[in-house]
Amino acid sequence: MFTLRDRKLADDILSQITNANVHLKFMHVCGTHQDTLIKHGLDVLLQKCGIEIGQGPGCPVCVTTPKEIEEILLLAKHGKTIATFGDMTRVPGVTSSLQQMKTEGCDVRTVYSIEDALILAEKHKEKEVVFMAVGFETTAPTTASVLLQDPPLNFSVLCCHRLIPPALQAILQMGEIKIDGFIEPGHVSTIIGTKPYEFISKEYQVPQVIAGFEPLDLLMGVWMLVRQIQHGKTEVENEYVRAVKPQGNRKAQQILKQAFEPVTVKWRGFPMIPRSGLRLRKKYESYDARKKYEDELRKLAKEEFADPMGCLCGEVLRGLISSKQCPLFGRECTPENPVGPCMVSNEGNCHIQYRYMKK
Amino acid sequence: MCLAIPGRIIELDKKKQIATVDYGSGTKRKANVSLVQVKIGDYVLVHAGFAIQVLDEKEAQETLTLFKEMLSQEEG
Repeated sequence: MFTLRDRKLADDILSQITNANVHLKFMHVCGTHQDTLIKHGLDVLLQKCGIEIGQGPGCPVCVTTPKEIEEILLLAKHGKTIATFGDMTRVPGVTSSLQQMKTEGCDVRTVYSIEDALILAEKHKEKEVVFMAVGFETTAPTTASVLLQDPPLNFSVLCCHRLIPPALQAILQMGEIKIDGFIEPGHVSTIIGTKPYEFISKEYQVPQVIAGFEPLDLLMGVWMLVRQIQHGKTEVENEYVRAVKPQGNRKAQQILKQAFEPVTVKWRGFPMIPRSGLRLRKKYESYDARKKYEDELRKLAKEEFADPMGCLCGEVLRGLISSKQCPLFGRECTPENPVGPCMVSNEGNCHIQYRYMKK
Repeated sequence: MCLAIPGRIIELDKKKQIATVDYGSGTKRKANVSLVQVKIGDYVLVHAGFAIQVLDEKEAQETLTLFKEMLSQEEG
């Protein structure tokens, strides 16, 4: 019921886009959208219809900064038990990676959900468990929900959650590339709804469509953007109506707001983006790893860390180049031996390009 | 990261906020339902062990028809 496949309909959508006779550049901000685009060859089909579509900063692991990685590495070094999602353990930092530190005897656990990290802390009261929380609005409520359940005091969170709408605004303000429309991430939108995107259409006159993840969802999303442009409209439309309600998930929003407050943070490849990150509210600061381990982390406080030498993940994340334009792509940088995070994460542009290129 | 999988709730422990979700083909897993209001039989999207939204069955069934209507309106 939730799988949409109809070849004729896909042909009809593409034919209408072709007939529109346009040359447009769209950006999406989701690794799952990128996967659908490349896996099904939609990028090539759309290019033939005059539509160029690429991924922006839509990979939470990729936008996590080198400094945040150094923070978690330092906590691992200080004997904490680190729990995080699989991709995160493989991202190379300046000094090491979590995976590397595990081979050197540090306690690093890969988890599927924050609940696995919580269970670990409950079972092992002698361990100081730090969950490295990455992810956008889709994932942040899961962290918030656990914080609100009074977790044990040997559990804490290194919060690296980020918010999508401020990043979209940053891209437009930087003005490095022309963007004729945004395909917005369906699952982020299940939480936030349609309203948080509206200021972008109003202030920057950019049309937006929230889209699902089936090939037809994406084609329809592109078609809806083209239609808006043809009719001179700049609105937020919702293609993914079976999952995204205009008001989003109010319960999740409320839980999120109870646990976190917005904070200005850096994204990999970007300068500081106002109110684009989340910080634990004062009430929950005993679970905030940055507060709890302030002494251990102090030596990093004033340090800044550069991206790996020659790595163009920043340019890829800002949509300035495609992965294949990076001189390291597929040579020095491969999924087996990644230089930058975009080649590590399953949601990373470079990893996706490489994965399907090899088939 | 933002990958979410649809499944149907077949068991629900409201007190513990835990549901058993059937993803089809014999795959069943527990999911936390603290972020949603659900009942047995609902379809949910599950992300990182949490149900994040209830799916609208009617909308899902009508999606393709809706797409076709939108396209034909534009043609007309």
